Amino acid sequence: MNRTAAIKPQDILVFSTLRNEKIRLPYFLRYYRDMGASHFLIVENGSDDGTREYLMDQPDVSLWSSGKSYKRARFGVDWLNWLQMKYGHGHWTLVVDPDEFLVYPFCDTRPLPALCDWLDASSIKSFSAMLLDMYPKGPLIDVAYRSGQDPMEIASWFDSGNYMIAKNHKFGNLWIQGGPRAREFFYDRPRRAPALNKIPLVKWDRSYAYVSSTHMLLPRGLNLVYDEWGGEKASGCLLHAKFLNTFSAKAKEELTRAQHYAASHEYKAYAAKMDENPDLWCKWSERYINWRQLEILGLMSKGNWA
Amino acid sequence: MTVGFAMMVHTALDRAEQVARHWATHGCPVVIHVDKRVTRLEYTKFVHDLGDLPNVKFCKRHRCEWGTWSLVAAAQSASEKLLRLFPQVRHVYLASGSCLPLRPVEELVEYLDQRPRTDFIESATTEDVPWTVGGLDQERFTLRFPFSWKRQRHLFDRYVQFQRLIRFKRKIPPGIVPHLGSQWWCLTRQTLSAILEDPDRATNDRYFRKVWIPDESYFQTLARQYSTNIESRSLTLSKFDFQGKPHIFYDDHLQLLRRSDCFVARKIWPQANKLYSSFLNDAAGAAKMAEPNPGKIDRIFSHAVDRRTRGRAGLWMQSRFPNEGWENGKTSAAYSVFEGFSELFDDFEAWLTKMSGVKVHGHLFDKQMVQFSGRQKYFSGGLSDAAKLRDYNPHGFLRSLIWNTRGERQCFQFGPRDNQEVSWQIATDANAHIYVITGAWSVPLFRSNQNFSAIRKQAARLQKIEAAHLDILRSPYTKARIKIWTMADFVQAPIEPLQKIIDDIGPDTLRRLTELPKMAELTGFAQFLQNLKNQGMHPHLMGDFSMEDESVKDLRGHRRPYVVK
Repeated sequence: MNRTAAIKPQDILVFSTLRNEKIRLPYFLRYYRDMGASHFLIVENGSDDGTREYLMDQPDVSLWSSGKSYKRARFGVDWLNWLQMKYGHGHWTLVVDPDEFLVYPFCDTRPLPALCDWLDASSIKSFSAMLLDMYPKGPLIDVAYRSGQDPMEIASWFDSGNYMIAKNHKFGNLWIQGGPRAREFFYDRPRRAPALNKIPLVKWDRSYAYVSSTHMLLPRGLNLVYDEWGGEKASGCLLHAKFLNTFSAKAKEELTRAQHYAASHEYKAYAAKMDENPDLWCKWSERYINWRQLEILGLMSKGNWA
Repeated sequence: MTVGFAMMVHTALDRAEQVARHWATHGCPVVIHVDKRVTRLEYTKFVHDLGDLPNVKFCKRHRCEWGTWSLVAAAQSASEKLLRLFPQVRHVYLASGSCLPLRPVEELVEYLDQRPRTDFIESATTEDVPWTVGGLDQERFTLRFPFSWKRQRHLFDRYVQFQRLIRFKRKIPPGIVPHLGSQWWCLTRQTLSAILEDPDRATNDRYFRKVWIPDESYFQTLARQYSTNIESRSLTLSKFDFQGKPHIFYDDHLQLLRRSDCFVARKIWPQANKLYSSFLNDAAGAAKMAEPNPGKIDRIFSHAVDRRTRGRAGLWMQSRFPNEGWENGKTSAAYSVFEGFSELFDDFEAWLTKMSGVKVHGHLFDKQMVQFSGRQKYFSGGLSDAAKLRDYNPHGFLRSLIWNTRGERQCFQFGPRDNQEVSWQIATDANAHIYVITGAWSVPLFRSNQNFSAIRKQAARLQKIEAAHLDILRSPYTKARIKIWTMADFVQAPIEPLQKIIDDIGPDTLRRLTELPKMAELTGFAQFLQNLKNQGMHPHLMGDFSMEDESVKDLRGHRRPYVVK
């Protein structure tokens, strides 16, 4: 289902690859539509829960289906790089999973086109938004997510200050790990903890490419989303609503499919813990209020956008 | 008498039309310059849309590029036409398509009526302006700039370098004293026409044609020659960021703009619907003749520049990762490190907590686990007590801990048994207060029930580690506040240093120590050191515990829990 002919030159495009996410889609689409995204380009990988049918009915969604291996396509990056090359050139493109929700400075009063216009005016081509793992208080299975609901009503907690940052000299990006997953699942082998650095919003050029997920880009200059001389560049967060009651089933399914990064280490670790029905919440967890809170906590920055 | 607007337009024509219509319907003539890069189709539509207004005219179009003469040429064409067609105009206001009037037009007209001979144009000599981009202030008047700064940056820079190298200098025409200022001005007919009808205009234009960013200097310089009364400020509120780009106003600035009492603001984001609808529909209301007061807006924007250029001290995050030496503060707040105290005193942590009321941790860098205060599994910000997690990035761990607890002073124990990786970090951190009792790590060995050969081996290792650490603390790169005692000195007279420590930590109160921590039982310690020596080790960090010295035996006397004063 290709509706890309409807894309206008100034449109902000959302790219996503997903599988069996029907329950999340209504809120996901609404969130980014309200923010000012104009078109969704989605690769669907062998869903059997009605995801495909649901997306086909959406007037602003172009859908590609692939039954092929997610892993062989380098975890979907190849699919999206191809789509971005073909349709993203000259547009601001946002690459997000259906459980990732972008927040940026002033997002409650200024739509995404305002941010993109400002980035254009400032000659900035890429915008960083660190992945912020959100989780509920109490075991994950306790509250059931209803389709269309704001997932942050359930997963409204996060870790405010346990992130480990290092520079990746090969690609020039920062490598960020930490949060509840590191402390709960990877405390004894931190190197394996999932990367949280993301650069999801890019003024795309057909010569660009994501190297691994949206963690890093080529050419390397696009990864320089941080200031090295003491200042702060503007940045946002991707609220990551992965940890809902749907997670357990998803983790098991993904493990049997063995289609994930680094021999699915991450999912093995989850599956091992999931039987204990873990509670990611701790006394020091912070309850999400708004972007200003994240800014004050130092998880994101306004930079010189005022 | 009235004010006429010369309006420079290149994008967002719909907004420009709205604003031009607003001015024109309030009795102010408008002459619009539309950038030649705007397509003929768009231009024709734009002209047609404003066709119903007799006092809106369009002037000759130039192809405008930032930093070049074309912008001055456009302003000249528009103001010439304005002066010619509308004889009732006394002030000419240069505005852009992204300007928005913040106060009723009547107020502006009245304000200018009260100041009929005043020219509002920001105009300062090059020595006095700090805000020039690219470091070119005086040079923009003496070099040539044939290349575009935006499109041919490399050539632009090379050519500037080349001219500097050969000491090239253009001659400034006689009588011209270069001045710079905001390109948005409001000049009287007298001054403006004098500039435009100057017999030397051809010479002036020829000169300024090759000056860089002449729209910031042409009128600003020439007005100085003709004006009788210059107010060196712009009536247009326009803020610039640290790269010289204008800040943009959005809907959430509404109240701020309202309270600024400025007449016109730029740039407005074209889709800021609320701003356009509020300010263009404002009823005249009670005309308040307030002076423009952009103070609050100034603060907000200078704060933003500060955040972009200096950032928050002690914060490391996704968009702030300073190079070594550029941190502007290695941590965000003062903290204290205690070395040897919890070894020498049995209840040091509890005592310090009680005496100072601050957060006291155990050995945060202990090899087995992070000893948070109260031995919690997690601490502020979600930090974990897992040693492996901490050791994965010990520097970051410490920075996070201090950042997360802003507002509450942190203290922790440190010693040669701990992960030493943060040694340099704390030593070079001006926020660190480090107190060391050297050699106190031997007390637990002294009190342990191990074979002496094992003790000796450990003692040698720990002494080596502490000696290396002390070398770092005493290095010339050290910035921390450091106090070092030998153990022998400390046990002789512990009260004074302990009092000093409490004074350092709690700035609010001058507390007199009412209670001392309980010192470990040290009877036989001198003999223990002698035994180490007899085994061929040289324990030198503890200081001088001589066998004959009675004080060691008398130590029990110092263990009285209450000080009588």
